[in-house]
Amino acid sequence: MATIKIPPVLRASVGGEREVTAPGSSVREVLEGLVSAHPATGTQLFGNGGELNRYVNVYLNDEDVRVLDGLETAVGEGDVLVILPAMAGGAAQLS
Amino acid sequence: MSPSGAEFIRQIKAGITEIDPAAVHELIGDGAAIVDVRETEEFAAGHLPGARHVPRSYLESRIEGIVPDRGQRVILYCASGQRSALAAHTLEHDLGYSDVASMTGGITLWKDRGYEVDVPKAMSAEQRDRYSRHILIPEIGETGQRKLLESRVLLLGAGGLGSPTALYLAAAGVGTLGIVDNDVVDLSNLQRQVIHSTERIGVAKVDSAEQTIKALNPDVEVVKYRTRIDASNIMEIIEGWDVIVDGVDNFPTRYLLNDASVRLRIPVVSASILGFDGQLSVFAPYVGPCYRCLFPVPPPAELAPSCGANGVLGVLPGTMGLLQATEVVKLIVGAGDPVIGRLLLYDALAATLTEVKVPRDPQCPICSRDPEDITDEEMGVFPDYEAFCAAAG
Repeated sequence: MATIKIPPVLRASVGGEREVTAPGSSVREVLEGLVSAHPATGTQLFGNGGELNRYVNVYLNDEDVRVLDGLETAVGEGDVLVILPAMAGGAAQLS
Repeated sequence: MSPSGAEFIRQIKAGITEIDPAAVHELIGDGAAIVDVRETEEFAAGHLPGARHVPRSYLESRIEGIVPDRGQRVILYCASGQRSALAAHTLEHDLGYSDVASMTGGITLWKDRGYEVDVPKAMSAEQRDRYSRHILIPEIGETGQRKLLESRVLLLGAGGLGSPTALYLAAAGVGTLGIVDNDVVDLSNLQRQVIHSTERIGVAKVDSAEQTIKALNPDVEVVKYRTRIDASNIMEIIEGWDVIVDGVDNFPTRYLLNDASVRLRIPVVSASILGFDGQLSVFAPYVGPCYRCLFPVPPPAELAPSCGANGVLGVLPGTMGLLQATEVVKLIVGAGDPVIGRLLLYDALAATLTEVKVPRDPQCPICSRDPEDITDEEMGVFPDYEAFCAAAG
């Protein structure tokens, strides 16, 4: 089982958890496992064509999966997937 | 047979333009860029009035930041005219500058002729005392402290992130702090915006921040911009600063800042916060990735809440802001490994710090191109910009 780190904006979709585990031997299988357990994450992660939304980065351990084999990147036992959409919070009302 | 070093320099000098100190003296203040190519310590000991500093070892990577227009007249000098001759050769033959000259005899001959030299102020006894704990660290020392005192750092926002950053950079002796903020102090700010105070509710944040900074360290000059950053003013505001500290709370401004800072080759120390989570990275144009390499497009508005609407642990901008301040000091004094090409993710509840790699995107719509090719019209623009802004309200 791989561990998935859930970013703040997706936590409501996974019952408030910060980390979940999901089975699978590729990034796609692990993320699909996440979506099947928590369907609300589906549209946030994947576009209509089944590819990762461009505003979501996914890292296998510390590498962006886009510089590996994308969704087909192999995932081993004990690997950590980090899901990372951009955050903009800072000086509120600056502009 | 290869020429001797002296013969090589003689050949180089034969192929460049040299200019006498008397002619340079006439040109000061006349639109020519005077560039000192000596080492930092030599520059600090005294330089021509108005000279900019680009050590010869960084010439190729830094000259465009100082002289972006390759047609501008450039006068180079060193101690005696040899290093500047080699640098002039590089600018003219390798980098395409069309009007370059090397000053004959360097600053030595300049001084012999009795011309004026700017000597950076030696540190006063009070300054030596104030910064003694910096001076004691080898990585900073007196040279690093002088760099801090001569540095110019622009803070976008005197809010959650900007408050601690400004306080510690002021304490560290950053010579000039610019603050851009259009807001006034509100009671709900004071849970985290520690540069302000209860008695200053209703006061402009730039004025409130200036008061606190001056009380902490009168060495610091504060430049206030009581305005909002937008496409019409960003180039004017950010030009000429050494480092920018980004704590803006919305994507359009973040993309705008990215594109403008890439154009001007100014490093941006960026942080963002939400709830109990923070992110931090340094975007150094053409050295590492830019913000668009990391996030080419913003999330839809429903996935992009700002902390104003969603809440944030009051301590968190303190933590992230001080990581930003640390990176600023490192960049200025040239110590350690800045967070370039990496993104730090801090989870305050779990007390974990996760690091991921951020590669440069060879297809990046901004930083894969030359800065002069980035137009005003495309700065800050991203796909579905109008829809994003409409949805975000």
